[in-house]
Amino acid sequence: MAIVVYLETEDGNFKKSALEVSSYGRKLADETKTNLYGIAFNSSDPDKIRKYGIDKLVNIKTDHVFDARIFADLLSKNFKELGGTIFITGSSADSRFIFPVVSILLDASYATNVVDFPSGISPLVLKRSAFTNKGFVFTELKTKYKIIGILNNSYGIFESERKLEVKEYMAESQDSNLQVESIKEDEEKISIADAEIVVSGGRGLKGPENWDLVEDLAKTLGAATACSKPVSDMGWRPHSEHVGQTGKPVASNLYIAIGVSGAIQHLAGINASKCKVVINNDPEAPFFKAADYGVIGDAFEVVPKLIDGLKKFKSR
Amino acid sequence: MKILVCISSVPDTTSKINFIENETQFDKSGVQYIINPNDEFGLTRAMWLKEKQNCEVHVISVGIVDTDPILRKALAIGADQAFRVDINPMDANQVAREISDFIKNKDYKLIIAGRESIDYNGGMVPGMIATLINANYVSNCVSLEVNQSNFKATRETDGGKENISGTLPLVIGGQKGLVEEKDLIIPNMRGIMMSRKKPLTIIEAKYQTFQTDTVKYEKLPPKGAIKLVNPEKINDLIDLLHNEAKVI
Ligand SMILES: Cc1cc2nc3c(=O)[nH]c(=O)nc-3n(C[C@H](O)[C@H](O)[C@H](O)COP(=O)(O)OP(=O)(O)OC[C@H]3O[C@@H](n4cnc5c(N)ncnc54)[C@H](O)[C@@H]3O)c2cc1C
Repeated sequence: MAIVVYLETEDGNFKKSALEVSSYGRKLADETKTNLYGIAFNSSDPDKIRKYGIDKLVNIKTDHVFDARIFADLLSKNFKELGGTIFITGSSADSRFIFPVVSILLDASYATNVVDFPSGISPLVLKRSAFTNKGFVFTELKTKYKIIGILNNSYGIFESERKLEVKEYMAESQDSNLQVESIKEDEEKISIADAEIVVSGGRGLKGPENWDLVEDLAKTLGAATACSKPVSDMGWRPHSEHVGQTGKPVASNLYIAIGVSGAIQHLAGINASKCKVVINNDPEAPFFKAADYGVIGDAFEVVPKLIDGLKKFKSR
Repeated sequence: MKILVCISSVPDTTSKINFIENETQFDKSGVQYIINPNDEFGLTRAMWLKEKQNCEVHVISVGIVDTDPILRKALAIGADQAFRVDINPMDANQVAREISDFIKNKDYKLIIAGRESIDYNGGMVPGMIATLINANYVSNCVSLEVNQSNFKATRETDGGKENISGTLPLVIGGQKGLVEEKDLIIPNMRGIMMSRKKPLTIIEAKYQTFQTDTVKYEKLPPKGAIKLVNPEKINDLIDLLHNEAKVI
């Protein structure tokens, strides 16, 4: 028996979520008195993970196009090779692409959107966010192999240095009938999924020409930018920024909503954020019931002042 | 070409979420059920393929008789036939297995599911079906073109997009972008009348064992009161975010 974590990399570096996944795995391995193994694709600096509790890392080298089936196959094989019983992954778009496939290949039960350390280990019971953050469900995984998909920022990162052993694994080439071309957004842009801070604009900002307010604030904070659904429906902002029940989920540490009314569908999607700030000129806006901090005022006056203040704060 | 659209019946987005029986059951009372929004974008894309490329569109749902109204709605929107696997599904794996079994030996070239359902947000069903029927698979699918044997699709990733092309059969997890909000079809009277004559076939469920169990539910913790900051003293907000919330 062993716990295995999937450590996601981007351009060869471990993502922040990989550190969280391994911290979670470490605790579970300690509680069950087993080893913690990691699997990564194309890590250029495997030693970086030593601090986060991994006993052994299998670093899979592959230049395959991103075909979910091939990556899932490689993960499943190595998981079995390592004697894994519990597989832990994050919640990025890529891992949510691959792991449903892994779950079939391993005949493993799979819980997504896990927000906490297991509430029971044998049987394994997991607290998951459900109804798009309007509630929680506790799910028991009953099969021999089990997959836990944890939400970003739900557990935290804890250091625990180990004697890391690294095994390089050259992936055999496999047939794929897919051509994949990946188009990255502007390199400097922070993705909503990975962001610790998200700044979001709603219809209250009146038009796309006013979005420099959102962008300047985001830049000052090192935040990702997001928007409400009507804003993306009207083409003021790209769909990729639409957050909420029918858009992207947000689970950041800080969510700042500017000119967003706080409709139930919007709140559902962003509720998992730890701290919510609303800036709105209508004191009756429902967002004021959901936020931790609020400013009743005109965004066009408040936000520039906030940006100024933050710049001074940052240069302190 | 035949297309299968997988439809999940979910609580309306404005529903209050409550639990009963000692927090072990979801309280359905007063809850309106709708076609899962992600599935509806997919269904609409399928209707366009029907119109422009002469495809036949079938819809399927795994669920008990309560699910019939949303299947009728899908028929009113324009699907040709509906199927319902008659069981109250317990987990994604069961849904995927029932649908995959249904698909076997039928010539669906394209299977459209939603990226995730807005009730349990699992996001697993399309990937599981693709694996079980050995088809190609694109999740978070925001654009899709198909011809007789090939597809071109776009997957939204965390930091951008991916253009994927390959051969059919294909399973997608669809979302907004496949069509826009304004493209969604509101059934008209004729559609509703016709839907009553279209076949809705009930299929016996095969899988009665589950990989997971729902132990209990929990409501969100009550929220503390909001702290309002005077817009003339915006530095107070920075102070609170730094010293109290510790998020900047
Ligand atoms: C099935 C379904 C799914 C949905 N999914 C989503 C979803 O995923 N995400 C989502 O966001 N919505 C979703 N919606 C839409 C949702 O119901 C709301 O319509 C939407 O969130 C409102 O967007 P908004 O807050 O930007 O606009 P509005 O509701 O118009 O609010 C604008 C706000 O800006 C404020 N304002 C105006 N001027 C200023 C100013 N100068 N300074 C400060 N504040 C100002 C106003 O007081 C108002 O509160 C969904 C709806 C349905 C039916």
